[in-house]
Amino acid sequence: MTTMYTDDHEWINIEDHEAATVGITHHAQDALGDVVFVDLPAIGSTFKKGDVAGVVESVKAAADLFMPVTGEVVEVNEALRADPSLANTDPLGNGWFFKVHVTNMGEFDQLMDGPAYDLLVKNS
Amino acid sequence: MSDAVLQKPLHATPLHALHLELGAKMVAFAGYDMPVSYPAGILAEHRHCRASAALFDVSHMGQLRLTGPDAARAMESLVPMDVIDLAPGRQRYAFFTNSSGGLLDDLMITRRGPEHGGDLFVVVNAGCKDADTKMMAANIGHRCGVQPLPDRALLALQGPKAATALSQLNDAVLALTFMTGASVTLAGADCFVTRSGYTGEDGFEISVHAEHAVALAKALLELPEVKPAGLGARDTLRLEAGLCLYGHDINETTTPVEAGLTWAIQKVRRAGGGRAGGYPGAATIDRQLASGAATKRVGLVGLERVPVREGAPIVDAKGQKLGVVTSGTLSPSYGEPVAMAYLAVNHALPHHEVYAEVRGKRQPMRVSPMPFVPHRYHRG
Repeated sequence: MTTMYTDDHEWINIEDHEAATVGITHHAQDALGDVVFVDLPAIGSTFKKGDVAGVVESVKAAADLFMPVTGEVVEVNEALRADPSLANTDPLGNGWFFKVHVTNMGEFDQLMDGPAYDLLVKNS
Repeated sequence: MSDAVLQKPLHATPLHALHLELGAKMVAFAGYDMPVSYPAGILAEHRHCRASAALFDVSHMGQLRLTGPDAARAMESLVPMDVIDLAPGRQRYAFFTNSSGGLLDDLMITRRGPEHGGDLFVVVNAGCKDADTKMMAANIGHRCGVQPLPDRALLALQGPKAATALSQLNDAVLALTFMTGASVTLAGADCFVTRSGYTGEDGFEISVHAEHAVALAKALLELPEVKPAGLGARDTLRLEAGLCLYGHDINETTTPVEAGLTWAIQKVRRAGGGRAGGYPGAATIDRQLASGAATKRVGLVGLERVPVREGAPIVDAKGQKLGVVTSGTLSPSYGEPVAMAYLAVNHALPHHEVYAEVRGKRQPMRVSPMPFVPHRYHRG
């Protein structure tokens, strides 16, 4: 499983654990509505799993972005900063938020896999 | 007990099933289950209103009629407006005041013609309608009929193509100008239509009996210019238009002078006028009209893209508090953050730079005149 999910409706792709990609799920962008602004973390900043790493704002409200795992932010999506609507139109691809160097692989295993996340969404 | 069990069930408007059919995202608002947006989304709905015509269900708002020869004079004991000389077919913006000169609600009053017995047709905010009705009944119920109209729906069709669209159902609407109203048959139903709204665009508000509401809404949505829009777009549109939202930009602690709404107080009701005073808080309001108030509602435009929202403190360069944001969003028309705030008057000057505190950071903003987007009312 290269992509895992959190119950905050974020995904993390672990193909490259030196730069694991983090974004919001399709369900999240649909619930948010039009994304108009993103506040991305600073490159080089370190966070613990569950820390607030940034903010994603829709027309109506601001929502926290959480770190799905402990690590250091190594890259942020400047294309998303310039065009926040990418989070709506391509949440699983070009609408990625930031990349993190994962320091504790064990945390990754505690996340939900695809089928488990789909079940969460279905029951919500 | 869980919240879900204790929560009162939400009211539905006559168009509720239609909203669900159209795929609306629903939200609880003023005790009603209302569409916040449709699948197009808030930004697209907002832009469609400014470019063409958007249809809003605003049936949650309170509609009433005041009847009897003393109705206008009685209303003048509750609002600082000229109601007595409001000619048949004309509409006026008004507000109920309290004894401190604060605002209990804002509303629209239309003097109707003989087919309605020359009554006053009143539309109040959804969140205040119960309190407003009780207040009117208690204060003027002995002087005139205060008759709620709970079996009527209210639809708003707003945008530069609203007239083109609506005229396809009945071209009599083309004779209306901004802030006038008339009885018009639309899709076979008797409607009362005013040429006014809450977006800054040309448009109409249509009162129709609930049993005809769905057929009328469907007839409007079939018109090529018209698309549905929800409360999300309603809020971004009115904010861009510089229009107050009761409970946010105006409330019981804000006077009309602080709120910048003195234009709505006709001269005859001000100190020195023929029917001066006689409404709650008149002394305070007249005093403020003469010597000004300590704070003022202003528009703010953000110099960076960070949205600034209700509750954000406004400070000066040294961090000293100047006021607070009462409404704010990212303007869909301009892409910049726009907001309304109350500021101490000496800082409420155009182009004055202030800072909004958002998540611990200071966002630069500039005081701006309102509306942010020019009004395009059809004054004829």
